[in-house]
Amino acid sequence: MPNKKENTDNKEVQRRKKESQFSLVMKRLSRNKAAMAGLIVTLTLFLVAFLSPWIMPYEYSKLNMADKLQSVSWRHICGTDEMGRDIFSRLLYGARASLLLGFLATIASTILGMIIGSIVGYFGGLVDTVVMRLVDILQAIPGILLAIAISAALGTGFINTIIALSIGGIPMTVRLLRGSILRVRKMEYLEAAQLINCSAPRTIMKHILPNSISPIIVSVTMGIGNTILMAASLSYIGLGIQPPTPEWGAMLSASRTYMRDYPHMVLFPGIAIALVVLSLNMLGDGLRDALDPKLKK
Amino acid sequence: MRHYVLTSKCSVASVISWLPCRQSKYKLAAFADNLNISWLPLQTILLGKGVIYMWKYVIKRLLWMIPVLLGIAVVIFTIMYFCPGDPAAVILGNGATPAAIAAKRTEMGLDQPYIVRLLAYLNQVFLHFDLGESYFYKQSVMSGILYRMPYTIIIAVICMILQIVIGTPLGITAAVHQNGFGDRFCMLVALLGVSMPGFWVAMMLILLFAVNLGWLPPYGIGGLQYYILPCVANAFAGIASQARQTRSSMLEVIRSDYIVTARAKGLSEHDILYKHALPNALIPIITVIGNGMGMMLGGTVVIESVFSIPGIGSFTTEAINNRDYPIVMGGVLFLGAIFSLIMLLVDIVYAYVDPRIKAQYAGQQKPWIRRKKANA
Repeated sequence: MPNKKENTDNKEVQRRKKESQFSLVMKRLSRNKAAMAGLIVTLTLFLVAFLSPWIMPYEYSKLNMADKLQSVSWRHICGTDEMGRDIFSRLLYGARASLLLGFLATIASTILGMIIGSIVGYFGGLVDTVVMRLVDILQAIPGILLAIAISAALGTGFINTIIALSIGGIPMTVRLLRGSILRVRKMEYLEAAQLINCSAPRTIMKHILPNSISPIIVSVTMGIGNTILMAASLSYIGLGIQPPTPEWGAMLSASRTYMRDYPHMVLFPGIAIALVVLSLNMLGDGLRDALDPKLKK
Repeated sequence: MRHYVLTSKCSVASVISWLPCRQSKYKLAAFADNLNISWLPLQTILLGKGVIYMWKYVIKRLLWMIPVLLGIAVVIFTIMYFCPGDPAAVILGNGATPAAIAAKRTEMGLDQPYIVRLLAYLNQVFLHFDLGESYFYKQSVMSGILYRMPYTIIIAVICMILQIVIGTPLGITAAVHQNGFGDRFCMLVALLGVSMPGFWVAMMLILLFAVNLGWLPPYGIGGLQYYILPCVANAFAGIASQARQTRSSMLEVIRSDYIVTARAKGLSEHDILYKHALPNALIPIITVIGNGMGMMLGGTVVIESVFSIPGIGSFTTEAINNRDYPIVMGGVLFLGAIFSLIMLLVDIVYAYVDPRIKAQYAGQQKPWIRRKKANA
């Protein structure tokens, strides 16, 4: 109990000091060890992906038939694939495609979803009814199936895969944002904003979004992980990113025929995917707790 | 007098369920007033159970499924329309002359404009309940789907049961022993579970149990043992997310005041957990179950291709590669319909679990009660 009181006192002091919400959240986040571990691993992986051309031990596309299908050894820490390419180097370089794919697709779907969601939530009425019915329709199609169909229609490739992955994510953001806007719509500060003659875009951007953004931040963090998983499934089926490009899902897809005799070929790309998604999920969990103090332990 | 009440109870109850407009309910209220029957007993029957309103709601939702399915059909038809590749050329093979392909296109109706083809497809599906004929197999899509449906449904249902039966108790136990060793271990495993690609888990399971240990068949269909690996692989993520959600909503509830009250009045821990905490934590748990079912259906798409199971998912993905559009559209429509039905089921279960939601269904009657009070 005294702890709780101290906490609220603390918060009061901080508010008086005009400490920003951001630093408050960061403070709460930094106390969460799992979240910090997730954050550090995620940042490291992004850094590794960025630096991969300089730090990878071998050229990712270099064929070496003499060394093909090598198991784990000191020369090749993750072994080599059927063309003698070093799997570790391919994993490092493939982090670029996988992370970028997850990141861009999630950001694209979130931005689109936020635009639609805020318009729908703010104006309500007929727009709301029509758009929400469309959202219902889009959500009734299983996400992976929608991604598969769109990917088949647009063809493979980086941009097309991003589009295919992001469309399925839009409805969720629309729902999320609309829900939180409906919650804040009756607040006094919005009345005040209207009284001082705020325009609709300004009200949305300056008053509504900052107050309803926290669930979106959490869903983006988790969404990147889920999108990476979905991208991997898409590549596995043979759509999405195509095998010669070192993308983790595509690597898994290419090596499944060798799975029985050379398990290292499927083991490491899967571990890489799981590691990224795991750290993003840990970060997301921590962010959720930090952004919503009500749930704090 | 008594007689009147009884008969009107039954008749009003049965009639009211089919009444479409609110106006007639007012008329009924007036009718009851004229007969000098108190509305209260009737109202408690109608409101108290809320069952009739549930039925109205269910029928409304079922009717609403029609536009949703129409929408899915339009969306998937449009996506397929923009698919590159000509089904006519694919069917006729490599040696076909351009003239033959053009003739085939005309025969299949592929040269018609988009809107004509769309309307023809919608007409065929929704007015004649015919999903069309596969370009490749030359058999009706419906029979193909019905033949493959059991495999998908069996896997999805087993996964669903595993998810509920394993995930929920795991989450409850973790919440009760919060921050203990078991809790941390379970949650770490659950976190891993939601972070691994389902098909990769499937591959690893095949490697371990089929290739190395040789206990289970690696792929195909047959007896019971063929279902073990696909189900475990597909259910893993579901169990994990179920355990996570159950834990967090139980934790939220366990800190409530009424749990403290229940402890204070000396209830057993079992009663506190299962009679006070769990029912209040159920809504988000049920939501996850519903979403999980959707995920299972989606997950089977990939899992079926890993294990070479002839289900609807692999049927659809193969058809995408073959440019066999009727199958793709039929498969997506079918899965969409199942998914919508599950969502409806989830909403109904909400009402049975949460009296507040049940009251909302019956809430239409409220102005009526107020009027009665005002009259009195």
